[in-house]
Amino acid sequence: MTKHRLFWPAVVLAALLLANVVFTPDFFAIRIKDGHLYGSLIDILHFGAPLILVALGMTLVIATSGIDLSVGSTVAIAGALACLHISGAADPASPATVLGAVALALGVALVLGAVNGVLVARVGVQPIIATLILMVAGRGVAQLVTDGQIVTVTSEPYKLIGGGYWLTMPFAILFAAAVVLLTSLLTRRTALGLLLESVGGNPVASRLAGIRATGLIGLVYLFSALCAGVAGLMISSNVSSADGNNAGLWIELDAILAVVLGGTSLTGGRFSLGGTVIGALIIQTLSTTVYTIGIPPETTLVFKAFVVIAVCLIQSPAFRAKAARRRARPGRGTASRPLTPENTEVGA
Amino acid sequence: MSAIAAARGRAYVPLLVTSALLVAMFSAGSVQYEGFFSGQVLLNLLIDNAFLLVVAIGMTFVVLAGGIDLSVGAMAALSTMISAWLVEQHGWPPLLVIPLVLAVGTGAGLAMGWVIHSFEIQPFIVTLAGMFLARGLCYTISIDSISLTDPAYVAFAQTRIALPGGLFVSPSVLIAVGVLVIAFVVLHYTRLGRNVYALGGNEQSARLMGLPVGRTKIAVYAVSGFCSALGGVLLTFYMLSGYGLHAVGLELDAIAAVVIGGTLLTGGSGYLLGTLLGVLVLGLIQTVISFQGTLSSWWTRIVVGGLLFVFILLQRLIVGRRKV
Repeated sequence: MTKHRLFWPAVVLAALLLANVVFTPDFFAIRIKDGHLYGSLIDILHFGAPLILVALGMTLVIATSGIDLSVGSTVAIAGALACLHISGAADPASPATVLGAVALALGVALVLGAVNGVLVARVGVQPIIATLILMVAGRGVAQLVTDGQIVTVTSEPYKLIGGGYWLTMPFAILFAAAVVLLTSLLTRRTALGLLLESVGGNPVASRLAGIRATGLIGLVYLFSALCAGVAGLMISSNVSSADGNNAGLWIELDAILAVVLGGTSLTGGRFSLGGTVIGALIIQTLSTTVYTIGIPPETTLVFKAFVVIAVCLIQSPAFRAKAARRRARPGRGTASRPLTPENTEVGA
Repeated sequence: MSAIAAARGRAYVPLLVTSALLVAMFSAGSVQYEGFFSGQVLLNLLIDNAFLLVVAIGMTFVVLAGGIDLSVGAMAALSTMISAWLVEQHGWPPLLVIPLVLAVGTGAGLAMGWVIHSFEIQPFIVTLAGMFLARGLCYTISIDSISLTDPAYVAFAQTRIALPGGLFVSPSVLIAVGVLVIAFVVLHYTRLGRNVYALGGNEQSARLMGLPVGRTKIAVYAVSGFCSALGGVLLTFYMLSGYGLHAVGLELDAIAAVVIGGTLLTGGSGYLLGTLLGVLVLGLIQTVISFQGTLSSWWTRIVVGGLLFVFILLQRLIVGRRKV
C-alpha cells in the first residue's frame, strides 16, 4: 500500500488535518446553517477551489515537460475584465451581463493561452521563458484594465461563481469537482493522457510514433489558461472585487508546488490528477493551519520552502541512489573506517 | 574558420540591436522632453539601478552556465532585512553586518548550487525553494518594514561623488561598476569564465573535456548568491530600510536585463556588457515613462514584457539559423 503513488501525499494531508484538531477540537465539525454547509473542511475546499483548478491546468502542462508561469497574471486579467464589464453595465445583476462578463474573461484567457501555446509549440521557446513574458506583462495589463484601482461589483449572479451556494455546497467546490472529474475522464478514459505523457517523456520518440506534439502542447497551454481564467473569476467573485496587483499573486508557485507534491515529476512524462488535487488541498490546509495556530501567515513561505526541498529530494533519482547506498551498509560503524578487503565488499 | 566568425558575428546581433534601441530611446526622449538630454539623466539611470546591475551580473553567470536563479530578489530582500535588523535593533556595527550579509548570500548560493549539482534537481525548482525560504525568513525577522537611521548608512546613502561637468554619481554606482569590471575579467580572462561558457554550451562535452562541471555549476550559483546579497546591500543604502517586500519581481527584471542584453537563455553565449545595456534599457523605460508623466507606472511592465517577447524571438531566429 505504501507503494501507491498517492500514499505519501495522502498521509501528509491526513497528518495536517489531524494536527489541526489539537488546536481546534471541533475542526472536523460540519454544521448546516440556513441550508448551507459550514465548517473548516468546507472552507478548505472552498478557498482551495481556485488553486485546484489552476493546479489542474498546470499538471497537464508539466506532463508535457513544460511549465506555465503566466497563470497568476491570467487570474488577475480575467477577474479584472469580468468586474470591469459588470461594473460598467447598465444592469449589473442581470444574468446576461454576468454571462457576457464570463465569456469576455474566458475568451481573453484563451487568447493568452494561445500566445503561450504558439510560443512554446510553434516557435520552440523554452516554456519557462515563453510564459515569463506574459507573467511580466500580464500584471501590467491587469493594472491597466482596472486603472490601478480595485474594481468592486455588486452583482448577485456573479457572486454565485466564487461565493455562492448550490445544493447546500459552495458552488466553487462543485464546479472544481466537475472540472476535475471531466479532465480525468478525458485524459484517462481516452488516449489523450497517454499522448500527453509520451510528448513529455520523449518528444523525439513520440514524434517518430506519429504523435502531433504541436497541437497537443498548444492544447495544454489553452487548457491551463482557461483554468486560470475560471480561477480568476472565482477569486474576484468571492471578494466581489478585482485587484490587478494582488489577485492571483504567486498562485503559479502554489500551483507548481501542488503538482509536485502530488507526485507529478517536473521533468514531464507522467502525471497524476488525483495527486494534484491532494497537493492543492495540502497547501490550502497548510495556510489554514498557519492561520488557526496564530503564526504570522507570511511565514508559511518557510514551511513551503522545506516542503518543496523535501519532496524534490525524495523524487530525485540521484538522492534516492545515494540514500539507498547509505542504507545498504548497515555494518558501517564510523565514516573514517579504513577500507580493508573485509569491508569494501559490503559497499559494492 | 568563417563558420566560427559567422557564429560569433550572430552572437553580436542582439547586442547591436540593444545598443541601437538604447540610442534610439535616448534620442527620442531627448527630442520629446525638456531636460532629458543630459549626462545626469544617464548617470541617474546607474544611480537608480545600481542594485539591479549587480544582481543582473550574478544572473548572467547563472544563465551563461545554462541555469536560472529565481531566488535573487528574495535574497536581496533578506539582505536588507538582516542589515536593518542587526544594525538597528541589535546595534551591530555596519562594518561587521555587511560582510556577514554577503557571506549569508554566498552561502545560500553555494547550498543551492550543491543541491542542484549533487541531486540533479532542476535549478528552477531549487531556487524557487530558496526564494520561498529567503522571503519567509524576512518575515520571521519582522513583518513590518524596519527603517535604518544608523549614521553610517545614512551618510553612505547621501554621499554624492562629483564628476567633471557638474555631474555626480553615488558610491553605489562605483561599487556596481567595480563588480562589473571584476566580473568581466573573471568571465573573459580566467579559467572559471571559460568553464562557465563551456558548461552552458554543452554540459556533456564539458564533462568529456574533463572540465570541473560540478565545481563550476556550484560556483555560478555562489556568484549569483553573492551578487544578490551585494545588490541587497546597495538596495539597503537606496531604500534606507529593511523589508520583506523589497525587491519583489527583481528576479524577473534581472532575467529580462540578461535576455535583452543578448545572452542566450539556453546558455553558452552572451556578453556581460550586454547585461549592462539591458539594465540601462530597463532603466530608460522607467525614465521615459516618468518624464511622460501621464503614463502610469504599470506601462513599464507591459513594455518590458513586449521587449522580452521581441528579444526572445530574435534569439530563436539566431539559434534556429545556427542549427541549419
